Amino acid sequence: MAGQLSIAKALNGALRKSLENDPKTLLMGEDIGKLGGVFRITDGLQKDFGEDRVIDSPLAESGIVGTAIGLALRGYRPVVEIQFDGFVYPAFDQIVSQLAKMHARALGHVKMPVTIRIPYAGGIGAVEHHSESHEAYFAHTAGLRVVTPSNPHDAHWMLRQAIESDDPVIFLEPKRRYWDKGEVGDAPDLGMHDARIVRPGTDATLIAYGPMVKVCLEAAAAAEEDGRRLEVVDLRSLSPVDFTTLEDSVKRTGRAVVVHEAPVFLGMGAELAARLTEKCFYHLEAPVLRVGGYYAPYPPSRVEEAFLPDLDRVLDAVDRALAY
Amino acid sequence: MTVKSTARARKKAAPAVPDTLRAAGTDAQPELVQLLTPEGERVEHPDYPLTTTPDELRSLYRDLVLVRRFDGEATALQRQGELGLWASLLGQEAAQVGSGRAMRTGDYAFPTYREHGVAWCRDVDPLNLLGMFRGVNHGGWDPNEKNFHLYTIVIGSQTLHATGYAMGITKDGADDAVIAYFGDGASSQGDVNEAFTFASVYNAPVVFFCQNNQWAISEPTTTQTKIPLYRRASGFGFPGVRVDGNDVLACLAVTRWALDHARNGNGPVLIEAFTYRMGAHTTSDDPTRYRHTEETEAWKAKDPISRLRAHLEKEGLADEEFFAAVDAESEQLGLRVREGVRGMPDPDPTLIFDHVYSEPHTLVDEERAEYVAYAASFEAGENL
Ligand SMILES: Cc1ncc(C[n+]2csc(CCOP(=O)(O)OP(=O)(O)O)c2C)c(N)n1
Ligand SMILES: [Mg+2]
Repeated sequence: MAGQLSIAKALNGALRKSLENDPKTLLMGEDIGKLGGVFRITDGLQKDFGEDRVIDSPLAESGIVGTAIGLALRGYRPVVEIQFDGFVYPAFDQIVSQLAKMHARALGHVKMPVTIRIPYAGGIGAVEHHSESHEAYFAHTAGLRVVTPSNPHDAHWMLRQAIESDDPVIFLEPKRRYWDKGEVGDAPDLGMHDARIVRPGTDATLIAYGPMVKVCLEAAAAAEEDGRRLEVVDLRSLSPVDFTTLEDSVKRTGRAVVVHEAPVFLGMGAELAARLTEKCFYHLEAPVLRVGGYYAPYPPSRVEEAFLPDLDRVLDAVDRALAY
Repeated sequence: MTVKSTARARKKAAPAVPDTLRAAGTDAQPELVQLLTPEGERVEHPDYPLTTTPDELRSLYRDLVLVRRFDGEATALQRQGELGLWASLLGQEAAQVGSGRAMRTGDYAFPTYREHGVAWCRDVDPLNLLGMFRGVNHGGWDPNEKNFHLYTIVIGSQTLHATGYAMGITKDGADDAVIAYFGDGASSQGDVNEAFTFASVYNAPVVFFCQNNQWAISEPTTTQTKIPLYRRASGFGFPGVRVDGNDVLACLAVTRWALDHARNGNGPVLIEAFTYRMGAHTTSDDPTRYRHTEETEAWKAKDPISRLRAHLEKEGLADEEFFAAVDAESEQLGLRVREGVRGMPDPDPTLIFDHVYSEPHTLVDEERAEYVAYAASFEAGENL
């Protein structure tokens, strides 16, 4: 594809391709038309595909997701945008009680090919409700697929895969990385739910996803200077989780540190640590450690750096893991 | 400040529902209640009589000017990097000052994130409003001190809180009333419609004050509604009225009427203040992408401050000295706000763990201790 693209542009291209490829695909959300969304992810799409397919909806998230369900029942493939993480909750009932369960309740007679795109996580100095990491709620809900890319290539191809999926997909976009650039390949090299080893290593495995992949890569580069070779796995999919890749890695390195922005308590790391302990018990040299946000509301932006995992906190955990 | 001087107790029963409301069938043309024309001409409305002293008019003018000045200062401070974001009220001063000054001291306001003018009327220190936009807190003021709730960013939520508060007033047998502020965009939210239902069936003393500023970020009001918003009320069983939101006198008179209607046990009222968001949605927004400058220009002619100034001048109710004094005061305010914001310290990161619960919580306490030890390890040089 066209050389270096930002995640934002890669997502825009994926939406464009999906609209081109399938007349039943449509986009819905607040301010996604003329404005192109507050992050410009839908920039230019209404102009090219019309107001019928790129729809500025009333300001009501439950309405957006609820009507997406109805459109899906009628054979459409809605891709909806939630403006910010903190604004998905008015739609929580529609997502958790309706969207996630519809296929099972109908004993497979109906499908719910709905994609819900949500810019999530922090680090942009925003006011409250604009920086939250709520992936655990969705991953905890059977019936939803939950994925999150960390780079432009995955952003593009995973979004196309998500839209093609006949199941509901919660597509979490790491907003602070929207403007990070990278190569977007001509084809997907992995399935939507595969993890990717983004840096091979031997001494410990860092497991991250979305915005934290970059932090872990930086941490691994810094550790290299101290002679430590850290492997970094980009989880990519939070439901289902690619435990095969994780187990292979952890069995080789014997140590694992899970990193996410969401609070550690009952976060993704809790599930990953439990599974890895069960599956790799005899290979582990140390308990699986977790680095994440605190058990507190996401703080005001002037102190968000203290809340968010950074290179130092990751390396501190690596030190602790290696000290066992 | 001005709240106390104007918040006269009105013990009389509120007047019967005005004809303007009864006429609000689906085919009626929306009538805009106006007491002061854009040219500064004082006009009467049979349903909303208003007597004002020259003093009151001058103090309304002063409020409008100071509120606009404060708002402009905040926009400038955002540009200078002192605030992370600002949501300007430019153009909506009259809707906010008019409704804010209609409140009695015991009444309670539930704002969105744009009600800086209402905050002013409630005597909230403007610097308090800036903390969350600077990123040092999420609001932080004590809502019960001035009966002005925290700003609410999640669209529409506060209308239910306002309704519940009003239900409490009824249970207490008190004669206070509540104003729930919200926008045209918010009118689509489930919470707002649920608030209408609760307020209606419980006859709660709450005034729903919708500032229809024509835009919800990039979406025009036509994206939210096919009928004028004030008519939504009739379906829920309470009166709705559309007022010229750039006319501070009309906003004052209609809101006073509505608050008295509510406090006297007649249930909620919906006021649609027809106004215009002259600036960007917030400092992050670029309105040139979705609206024409001609529209904005047309609304400039309806400016809330110039019309009151024209009126004061025409009627000889204020002289040059008065206007100069207000301008000087506004300079002072600007200075105080600038210095106040620049001197606002960053909080200690342990703020993260403060007030998560009102009683001890072992996990929060443990994580705080971990954080403190971790941070101290840097100071001790262990982690360098
Ligand atoms: C539940 C929710 N969804 C989306 C947003 C993002 N958002 C912030 S302001 C806004 C538009 C609000 O429009 P309106 O209610 O008319 O108020 P105005 O900003 O014009 O004062 C939107 C969509 C939000 N804050 N909360
Ligand atoms: Mg609006």
